[in-house]
Amino acid sequence: MTSTAEKPVADQTKQPTAEAPLVVSGLRKSFGSQNVLDGVDLTADRGQTIVVLGKSGTGKSVLLKLMVGLQKPDSGSIRILGQEIVGLDMDHLNEIRKKIGFLFQQAALYDSLTVAENVEFPLDRHTTLPDGERREKVRTLLASVGMEDASNKLPSDISGGMQKRVGLARALALDPEILLFDEPTSGLDPITTAEIGELVVKLQKERNLTSVVVTHDIHSAKSFADRFVLLREGKVVIDGTFSQLEQSSDSFVVQFLKDAG
Amino acid sequence: MVTDLPKTDLPKIVEGWFVSFFEWFGELGLFCVRVARESFGAPWEGREFIRQMDDIGSKSFPLVALAGAATGVVLSLQTRDSLTRFGAQAMLPAVIVFSLIKESGPVITALIVSGRVGAGIGAELGSMRVTEQIDAMEVSAVNPYKFLASTRVLACLCMLPLLTLTADASGIFMGWVSTTLAHPMTFHFFLKSGLKEAAMNDFLPPTFKTAIFGLIIGFVSCFEGMRTQGGTAGVGRSATSSVVLSSLFIILADVILVRLIQVFFPS
Repeated sequence: MTSTAEKPVADQTKQPTAEAPLVVSGLRKSFGSQNVLDGVDLTADRGQTIVVLGKSGTGKSVLLKLMVGLQKPDSGSIRILGQEIVGLDMDHLNEIRKKIGFLFQQAALYDSLTVAENVEFPLDRHTTLPDGERREKVRTLLASVGMEDASNKLPSDISGGMQKRVGLARALALDPEILLFDEPTSGLDPITTAEIGELVVKLQKERNLTSVVVTHDIHSAKSFADRFVLLREGKVVIDGTFSQLEQSSDSFVVQFLKDAG
Repeated sequence: MVTDLPKTDLPKIVEGWFVSFFEWFGELGLFCVRVARESFGAPWEGREFIRQMDDIGSKSFPLVALAGAATGVVLSLQTRDSLTRFGAQAMLPAVIVFSLIKESGPVITALIVSGRVGAGIGAELGSMRVTEQIDAMEVSAVNPYKFLASTRVLACLCMLPLLTLTADASGIFMGWVSTTLAHPMTFHFFLKSGLKEAAMNDFLPPTFKTAIFGLIIGFVSCFEGMRTQGGTAGVGRSATSSVVLSSLFIILADVILVRLIQVFFPS
């Protein structure tokens, strides 16, 4: 099955603005001979949640890692909060990173630290809060994700869903303006998936964050996504609302939605 | 009957090995430079450094003391017969003390620490790499080369000479115990006989050369851990290669360091 070369809907509906906290343009990344990202454009306005969809191996997670400077693109531009991060030196990149929260696919909690210490880690290093205030902030963050009772447990003693909640609390510790989620619901049961989805919606409402969510789970994503971006072979096939996806005549989009059930 | 052997492009395979070999050294060199650069300058990772000193030093203490003690006993047992045969039994304390402080103590300490700490660092950092904990640290604007690698390397550098003193002391003590069971003598007499001909140059350079061994253990293990790939199997490979490579480099470095000590610190 071949897809028609449909122009991304975002080009028609939403023009990048200078104020947009996240602007990606012409992003290319390859590993050896494999082109993972091939000229990706993406803009997220303040308070928007963009969901990036695509089959496995289409470069969704790579896109997120490029956005925080964990990997370097071959070419293209990534502007975070008005600052170009491609080619930025480490000190300046770290200043930008403090304004970005990142929830990893497997939560990536430090397994030698307790739940509370994991959340405290960025606060301890980047704020001058007194001990009491820092501990209170940790308690508040853990309470906001429903994990205050597990503060003294080690990550290995809590479930995968709980680890993701703690990972989210840690990602929020420095009050970021942008949140990036890498498969926030993968490997979770339907109930926990729904809970994480509700948590994301709640946090969006409370904090007005700009978010990019990489996921396979289109159904739970419908509850919090403002726009969907579908990647195929490193290119954006479509960028629009869910109803625009549904109305698309692109054979790949049609097949993707059909496969997603 | 001669069967057709599979055709292999031997020159290309050999070339590949050479390229990988030099690439590995190149990457190790760049890693060392980066970690060394990160070691100087704020923010200071004092708490993590002390935690690593405890982990690498205090927790290796019993093992190193035991290995030193065993070496002292073996030296006493092995050399007693030989020296008796040559009528030089009175030299036994000096042989034990000199062997321990000049070579056995430093090398055995380094190899023990390489096994315990090298494997631990390789596996811990490897596990952190494959579970994205190191990425999470970078995303939190914390430099893992400073927080994870530099603290471990410096802790190895500081703790190796101290652990060597432990091995030397326990070896000398148990060497005396073993000797005195066969030919009773006081510890004071044993020590006095052993150290009669010893100078500072016999003691300090071999003890402080273990700081170099500490650097080798720290750099190699952190490097192998932080470049881990391939899930849990990769973690196992990193732990193994950390021990094997650091042990190998310690032995090779010892050859050079012994010669340098002889040249610059003659007895």
